[in-house]
Amino acid sequence: MSQDTLFDKVWDLHKVSSLPGGSDQIFIGLHLIHEVTSPQAFGALKDKKLKVKFPDRTVATVDHIVPTDNQSRPFKDTLAEQMIETLEKNCLEHKIKFFNIGSGNQGIVHVVAPELGLTQPGMTIACGDSHTSTHGAFGSIAFGIGTSQVRDVLATQTLPMNKLKVRQIWCDNKLSKGVYAKDLVLNIINKLGVKAGVGFAYEFAGPAIHGLSMEERMTICNMSIEGGARCGYINPDEKTFSYIKNKLCAPKNENWDKALRWWKSLKSDENSIYDDVIKLDASKVEPTVTWGITPGQSISINEQIPLLDDLPPNDKLVAKEAYEYMSFKPGQLIKDTPVDVCFIGSCTNGRISDLRVAAKVLRGKKVSKNVKAFAVPGSEKVATEAKQEGIDQIFKDSGFQWREPGCSMCLAMNPDKLIGNQVSASSSNRNFKGRQGSPSGRTLLMSPAMVAAAAINGKVSDVREFIN
Amino acid sequence: MKSEFTPPIGKISNMNGQCISLIGNDIDTDRIIPARFLKCVNFDSLGESVFEDDRKTLKGKHPFDLEENKNASILVVNSNFGCGSSREHAPQALMRWGIKAIIGESFADIFYSNCIAIGIPCFTLPKKSIEEIQNYCDNQFLFLEIDLKNSLAKSKDSNFNLEIKESSRKMFLTGEWDATSTLLDNKNLIENKFNQLPYIKFNTNFL
Repeated sequence: MSQDTLFDKVWDLHKVSSLPGGSDQIFIGLHLIHEVTSPQAFGALKDKKLKVKFPDRTVATVDHIVPTDNQSRPFKDTLAEQMIETLEKNCLEHKIKFFNIGSGNQGIVHVVAPELGLTQPGMTIACGDSHTSTHGAFGSIAFGIGTSQVRDVLATQTLPMNKLKVRQIWCDNKLSKGVYAKDLVLNIINKLGVKAGVGFAYEFAGPAIHGLSMEERMTICNMSIEGGARCGYINPDEKTFSYIKNKLCAPKNENWDKALRWWKSLKSDENSIYDDVIKLDASKVEPTVTWGITPGQSISINEQIPLLDDLPPNDKLVAKEAYEYMSFKPGQLIKDTPVDVCFIGSCTNGRISDLRVAAKVLRGKKVSKNVKAFAVPGSEKVATEAKQEGIDQIFKDSGFQWREPGCSMCLAMNPDKLIGNQVSASSSNRNFKGRQGSPSGRTLLMSPAMVAAAAINGKVSDVREFIN
Repeated sequence: MKSEFTPPIGKISNMNGQCISLIGNDIDTDRIIPARFLKCVNFDSLGESVFEDDRKTLKGKHPFDLEENKNASILVVNSNFGCGSSREHAPQALMRWGIKAIIGESFADIFYSNCIAIGIPCFTLPKKSIEEIQNYCDNQFLFLEIDLKNSLAKSKDSNFNLEIKESSRKMFLTGEWDATSTLLDNKNLIENKFNQLPYIKFNTNFL
């Protein structure tokens, strides 16, 4: 049982009671909602004749269903229009702050909350979305929940939960050139497996982690859930505090001083006890690409797709399924695999630093004729910043389509979808069967820089050949 | 589709039903209910779309399409079932199709919490026992009587000692899986906690 880790401290701080069944009732400091997983929760509140207990502790935006080509209302898709209208109505009725399209602050919920300064160290954060683990990058304890739990947070600001175990993932050294946070987290998931994190919170630590920017840290924590860990976090440090400073909702003046004092006291003790510790050398990580149908099925750019015999017994069943679905032969190189669609965006890699890195690769180059490439900024703020820096123009000049903010083809709930068995090079987080909108569509996950390289060559490429 | 859907309510202690086996590790919630079906403001119509894409691919041979499984209510799965997206639409779709309990090697955390929150007990059994049940289901009907109080599943000729988190077992037996009112019983404690949290104090300009 872990002791004195940041996770233990934040958990204890937020514990309201021990419930009769033995689980803990945990207070949720910040609740984020969006249009997809909240309507039924509001409906249930109505059925139970309950009100939102602390409307100030919930913040809403719209991201999953928004079109990225034309966001004028009403949306062409009447179901999508109905969902945004329902969210508008619910927020108005329950006095919940809603960052709508055109507010300047709309975007993917996990991009928006950090950039507004809503996400802060030491908080518990819940949202009806599995990538809520993103916010752990700030030293908060953040996790995804389902709609009935959204209902309970709205009604009580608390949840019944069983305490998670804590696994520290210590990353030594630093990433080499052309290797990014996405490559590191794909390697961690590959090493530990997609279900190793079940029942655990992941604490990412070590020089390689603290050497990362806040946005890179968000990429790491974002994908904790792909390793099975509902929650992933990083102890806050000076980078965390300076990222938050002066953000719209950050504490100001004397409140900032108070906040800073408290935040600085918040970290795992040096002699804290973990349920498990894993170490890896970040300098050994190479640009990484998934070849299969789970985010754990990845290899370095110069490696071959593993042979069935080389895989542990428990991985063989899914590997067989993956070869067939992806039409890959065991032993085949992943490099030079032709791609049809290139997507840069998502809560994993749709932030300004992701777009900057990709723009660096794209500058002065053209997207291959055989590729449809599009970039979707993670938020209106990211889009504005990109425009100010001329990044949108670099994308457009290269042949990328430049879109409006949203989740887009990460999960393809909007019109952005693969067609047939197209192969996509994607900076998103899931390569599940059918994930990107076509039941036979194939997804290769990689860093935004690698997606840019694939777009130029029309095939999976080593981005290091572009940046020297 | 089956007879009209009635959601579970109150105490849950016994479930009897036919097993339906679904083989595969890491079956994610996108597969259980593809994202396009999430464009809805209620869960009512999800049952018919459960595993839609997998079923289409298998052209009638998916376990959820087989005539002999149409009355099944206990789903038997392998490891890391329900990984990926937190969409409660996944267990809601399974429940509306007719699933009342799931037995598997292991479950993803968020999927498991969602199942509890809507009244679907999830039990685990060792890989060997799961495979035994799945093999049996391939050839003949398997009916199980699940006794949650004793964490036991009985068939005509075997007994299985099911595992379930103690807190979950208690929640089903007392009806507290439907958590809202239990949580609200601690109204004062919630208020106290709110007033004690450091960041509530220094975030006075919080929106």
